[in-house]
Amino acid sequence: MRIPLSWLRENAQVPAGATAEDVMAELVRVGLEEEDVIRPLDSLQGPIVVGQVLTREEEPQKNGKVINWCSVRVVPEGATQELVGEGIDPSGVQGIICGAHNFEVGDKVVVTLPGAVLPGDFRITPRKTYGHVSAGMMASARELGLGDDHDGILVFRDLGLDPELGQDALPLLGVTDEAAEINVTPDRGYCFSIRGVAREYALATGTAFSDPAERVSVAVPGEAAIGVELKDEAPIRGKAGCDRFVTREVTGLDPEATTPAWMAERLRLAGMRPLSLAVDVSNYVMWELGQPLHFYDRDTLNGDIVVRRAAAGEKLTTLDGKERTLHAEDLLITDASGPIGLAGIMGGAATEVSASTRTVLIESAHFDAVSMGRTKRRHKLPSEASKRNERGVDWEVADKAAQRAVDLLVELGGGTDTGRGGDTGTRPAPVVVALPHGAAAARVGVEYTREQELSSLAGVGCVVEEGADVDQVTVPSWRPDMDIADDLIEEIARLVGYEQIPSTLPVAPPGRGLTGAQRARRRLLDALAAAGLTEVLAYPFVSQAQNAFFGAAEEGTEVKAVHLANPISAEFGWLRTSLLPGLLEIARRNASRGFRDTALYEGGLVFLPGDTLGSAALPAGGARPSDEQLAELNAGLPDQPWHLAAVLSGRANDGALGAGERAWDWADALDIARLGAEVLGAQLNIKQGSHQAFHPGRCARLETAAGELVGFAGELHPDYLAANDLPARTAAVELDARALLASAPESIVAQHLSTFPAATQDVALVVDASLPAGEVLGTLREGAGELLEQVELFDDYRGQGIEPGSKSLAFALRFRATDRTLTADEASAAREAAVRLATERHGATARG
Amino acid sequence: MSESPSSPGVTPGVPHPTDSEAVDLVVVAALAAFEGAGDLEELKAARLAHLGEKAPLTLANRTIGSLDKAEKALAGKTLGAAKGRISKALAARTEVLEAEHAARRLLEETVDVTAAPRRATLGARHPLSRLTERVSDVFVGMGWEIAEGPEVESEWFNFDALNFDEDHPAREMQDTFFVDPPQAHLVMRTHTSPVQIRSMLDREVPIYVLCPGRTFRTDELDATHTPVFHQFEGLAVDKGLTMADLKGTLEHFARQMFGPEAKIRLRPSYFPFTEPSAELDIWHPGAKGGPRWIEWGGCGMVHPNVLRSGGIDPEVYSGFAFGMGVERTLMFRNDVPDMHDMIEGDVRFSQHFGMEI
Repeated sequence: MRIPLSWLRENAQVPAGATAEDVMAELVRVGLEEEDVIRPLDSLQGPIVVGQVLTREEEPQKNGKVINWCSVRVVPEGATQELVGEGIDPSGVQGIICGAHNFEVGDKVVVTLPGAVLPGDFRITPRKTYGHVSAGMMASARELGLGDDHDGILVFRDLGLDPELGQDALPLLGVTDEAAEINVTPDRGYCFSIRGVAREYALATGTAFSDPAERVSVAVPGEAAIGVELKDEAPIRGKAGCDRFVTREVTGLDPEATTPAWMAERLRLAGMRPLSLAVDVSNYVMWELGQPLHFYDRDTLNGDIVVRRAAAGEKLTTLDGKERTLHAEDLLITDASGPIGLAGIMGGAATEVSASTRTVLIESAHFDAVSMGRTKRRHKLPSEASKRNERGVDWEVADKAAQRAVDLLVELGGGTDTGRGGDTGTRPAPVVVALPHGAAAARVGVEYTREQELSSLAGVGCVVEEGADVDQVTVPSWRPDMDIADDLIEEIARLVGYEQIPSTLPVAPPGRGLTGAQRARRRLLDALAAAGLTEVLAYPFVSQAQNAFFGAAEEGTEVKAVHLANPISAEFGWLRTSLLPGLLEIARRNASRGFRDTALYEGGLVFLPGDTLGSAALPAGGARPSDEQLAELNAGLPDQPWHLAAVLSGRANDGALGAGERAWDWADALDIARLGAEVLGAQLNIKQGSHQAFHPGRCARLETAAGELVGFAGELHPDYLAANDLPARTAAVELDARALLASAPESIVAQHLSTFPAATQDVALVVDASLPAGEVLGTLREGAGELLEQVELFDDYRGQGIEPGSKSLAFALRFRATDRTLTADEASAAREAAVRLATERHGATARG
Repeated sequence: MSESPSSPGVTPGVPHPTDSEAVDLVVVAALAAFEGAGDLEELKAARLAHLGEKAPLTLANRTIGSLDKAEKALAGKTLGAAKGRISKALAARTEVLEAEHAARRLLEETVDVTAAPRRATLGARHPLSRLTERVSDVFVGMGWEIAEGPEVESEWFNFDALNFDEDHPAREMQDTFFVDPPQAHLVMRTHTSPVQIRSMLDREVPIYVLCPGRTFRTDELDATHTPVFHQFEGLAVDKGLTMADLKGTLEHFARQMFGPEAKIRLRPSYFPFTEPSAELDIWHPGAKGGPRWIEWGGCGMVHPNVLRSGGIDPEVYSGFAFGMGVERTLMFRNDVPDMHDMIEGDVRFSQHFGMEI
């Protein structure tokens, strides 16, 4: 909301020297946010003066354009030019080329002389063009930064002015004014008006407020200008769509009447483009009083006006020329011909005010905010009118706004008040809120005096009926946002000032610190960084193809994923079911920036929808839902486990002097999985696996001790890497860390350390070459029994002495008892037991 | 005596075992030879020459057998003493030369420590994660607990429970990502505030929780916006909490994060879930370009409807809540000029910070 300062001054005591910045600083104190300053003078530098066209010669050009070569007097007749500078003619008459044609000899125009600077750092200098030296410019409104109007140059006759030659043109154009732009929070529809902001300014500064609505004296109309019926047969949430409809009529409008410069300037500063007197007056009144108005060409109306809901499928061509199919909830203004306006949002094209309109019917109505908001969203019609109507307009101001429009049309448009009009509707019951004494102090922590409370409430327009313990506070008609005691408390707190609030530090009851899962996630994230990996945070948005590829081990498996209704990119409109696509995208981005050796990881949620998605109906807010309702809401959420994933590509070590070069590979991915499990205190079983995103021969399936699948690790599929411009042999791992953590014991029972010596025995087993060593190792561990302390694979031999298709795996077994020194025989017996199980299970034969 | 230091020295003739003067000469020659040995190799040669098979003393010893009984005793004593002196001298010299040898070997093993290779390199935490942890630690230190919730959330938790009426203009202000189909009433949470409701439903009063997490809005990525960002949100519900308690908590927190000079300022504002509501500015003493006020977040007293949604009686309890953006905090705390740096995953960004922020 932009506030031209001159306008604010009419209603509040703004000091003469105050700038837009000063005004904003005051408004911020009471809760309006500063946005911007609009000060046209900042981008305009003189000399910009009034000139008069003395001669005008039309000169057709080869390109078909006709230019005007003019002489323009820029000093009063008989006076001498006092300005000195390059291109300024001492005679006081400038030669100027002008491409516009909307002027005549004798017209007074705005001349920007050499030396002037216009918006966009456009410097005026004498220029050789079209065979003349053009020393200056006759300016249009747009060139001066005063609006978009570029139909021609500014001519003072059109503005109804006849100024002295040579004088500074800027004050005449009103550009000495400036505007403060503030951000209005959604609860404060009232501050979308000069009236509302002026009241806030007065409250912020403790000065007097002059209500522009009270300065309007409403002439009670005689007979009706038109029949009006409010006929809402389907109120939304129990509220009628329209509860007041004021009409007035002005006739005899002068078609030549134009918007005066002062009004045009205020509208421009406010951010609205001046269009025609009628439109400008309607906008002006809306800006001033916050009441959106609609003007109809009276002669185009047929019969009575009926305000009703639309019939489904009914159509209306709005004044932007678009035919709109209406919804049964849309509130309409209709006459005998059918819909003539989308109430409170946009008028219809058929009854629009035009240049030929002589009689206007003014509509100033009060609509239900909810109905307005829905229609605006449904038809995507944000406008200055809908912005106010959907926040709620002051019911009481409708007749005053209509009168203000009548007055302006009579004064500026040469019209006559026909004295006809109407005021249909029912005043809503005032909102009365009980405010217990001391409630504000209890909530805010400031011991407010009665005087502070009462004056704050009175300042915002409340009427307070004091009680012994509880005040009954009637809130003003322009503040539909206030309906509970807390709202009143906020008014007191903000007007007395938030800076009055002291600081006290409440003491929380003793806490339990981070939860086990929170500690575990931190340990994991820290451990991977310590292991040399870099944490990144990818967006969770992926494509359907990425989910299909990374979200299921087997190609062609349907991967259920959450799809967004309004994604930023249609292609990446799904939520991730795996962290890998995001990590790989980041790896690719780093590679494209020259960093091809990267080890990246991320911990984050993936989204796995179940059979039900969401809930059809929601409980109401403001009350605790039943346990069943809460269970249903939670059951509709996709499962969102916390995963940990890493992508390793390029070199793990860059081969600097003394350090061998080494590439990341599949084993590193497995190491990270193992590291993760160790950090979580969980057991991880690694099995030979397969996943479509991984190299078919270099993929591990990761399981918990209980055999639950918790992820994959290994080398990514070479085809995928090649197709996505990722370094060959890039390895990856993804773990469902939530599941893995859940499999870990709650607490760890101490191991009783045996100080008896260990017995070490080696065994070499010949097995089928395709049998994973991990399986053999697991079997040995199982078969050796509890005396086995550790088993390690230390050799994998194939070749001479071993049959083709077989391999010899050598393991070192370490035995130890807790209560005695093991004899060699005991250790050998345990080893033999292990070998027997391997023979039985895998057909392994012990070697030499 | 030879000039050469490597020579084991001139070997005198074989003395008569009872001729103590001659034996002395042999001893003196041996001692001189040991002293002259420059390294362990030379010492070995000297040892062979003076204590070996053909050394004069060894040869003299062999002649003892042919002596008469009285001479035998004297010869044994003379030669034994001589051998003892030589052995002692050898041991002493050996110790010296071994020490020298060890020192020389260590010297030869000298490396250029300035050219040491980096073998295990440290990776890095993402500064946004680390900052979130830092913030959490401040509140855990105050006895608060860390609460979490889902990122895909029911609209009821994200809006209705937080006093966003279904027709409230603020509801569309949020630029929400809706899950398809919209009738499922699921959204990507637009703020961490739904965790307030979950905390109230799950916990007993008094409640003091901090809810950090990822949030989503349909903003296009630019220098100051990102559709995926992080917030932390505080909620306290207890008997008799006031805005002064809110202010004191924020002030304490600000000092933990920005030093003892930091202070905060509240400005009136509006949020559906708080009443009264305030914008929170922080006086950042270390701001680039000098100390100044910076907009940090929003806060206020929990709206009675929000307490009711969480099953808490607003007539008995009151609460305060606040929320800040992690990205924004990192931007002004650590002078990060552009949002792109934080979200693109360029390894240089995280690695510059390492494990801390």
